[in-house]
Amino acid sequence: MSVVAVVQFPGSNDDHDAHWALKALGADARLVWHAETELPHRTGAVVLPGGFSYGDYLRCGAIARFAPIMDAVTRFASDGGLVLGTCNGFQILCEAGLLPGVLRPNASLRFICRDVAVRVVRNDTPFTSRCTPGQRLVIPIKHGEGAWYAPPELVEELEANGQLLLRYEETPNGAVADVAGVINERGNVMGLMPHPEHAVDPLLGSGDGALILASLLDAARERTDALLTA
Amino acid sequence: MRPAVKVSVLVRPKEGILDPQGAAVEDSLRKLGFDVSGARVGRLVDVEVDAPSEDEARAQVDEMCRQLLANPLIESYAIEVQPQ
Repeated sequence: MSVVAVVQFPGSNDDHDAHWALKALGADARLVWHAETELPHRTGAVVLPGGFSYGDYLRCGAIARFAPIMDAVTRFASDGGLVLGTCNGFQILCEAGLLPGVLRPNASLRFICRDVAVRVVRNDTPFTSRCTPGQRLVIPIKHGEGAWYAPPELVEELEANGQLLLRYEETPNGAVADVAGVINERGNVMGLMPHPEHAVDPLLGSGDGALILASLLDAARERTDALLTA
Repeated sequence: MRPAVKVSVLVRPKEGILDPQGAAVEDSLRKLGFDVSGARVGRLVDVEVDAPSEDEARAQVDEMCRQLLANPLIESYAIEVQPQ
């Protein structure tokens, strides 16, 4: 069975939510402290949760990338391992250079906490396989610094590559090109500002986030099985 | 023991990058009656570097900026070595 490692940084605050949501979807999810230097045996996917790691000092995510566990996460990603970052996790992945762009303060300078609608651009990725292309998902955001930015020529390149994987119907935060989530060129690392772990049950407003997490779990299982039989 | 070289780094939002913090500050200054424009808000980092020369200290701080202190996508930086 494939393990999903949810990394806890000092200041993470969605770690338990992510852990709970993944378990509710049937995953063998485990919390992994940032000071660890190795991921658990048979890790099939890593989730970097939301929060305010290291107090958002300097820039959001700028310090967390130096946490001991991040070397293991970077190695895991460069071996093709699946990594999903939500909110602060997205900021960390950008600062660590695992994803393109950077997250900037919201244009309104206000902390925004509400449901937003996003469109799934492609479904041929490990993070969106359970969606249909163009599918509309309603997932909450809660952030003060979620305006994704990249220079125009990079945006153009990413768009042409299909890497601007999730787009807001209407940008809530001033993100360039309405970007809510991006995927790396290789297709194994994704970050998004919305919180899929807060949208896994219609009783709590929306179950749409479960599509992203369940896609990840499908892919993690496949990958671990393939590695075990190889 | 040789004295550490004192260096200041000024990190600024790059030209052309929307700076909502600067805009909010400018708006407040205008409300106070000051006729200002072009307000930008950056960050100041002071460090004391143990280096054999000012040039060496500057080179090290430049590397610090590249690796951590500034994000080159959105920020520019200027390094000032303080006189000893």
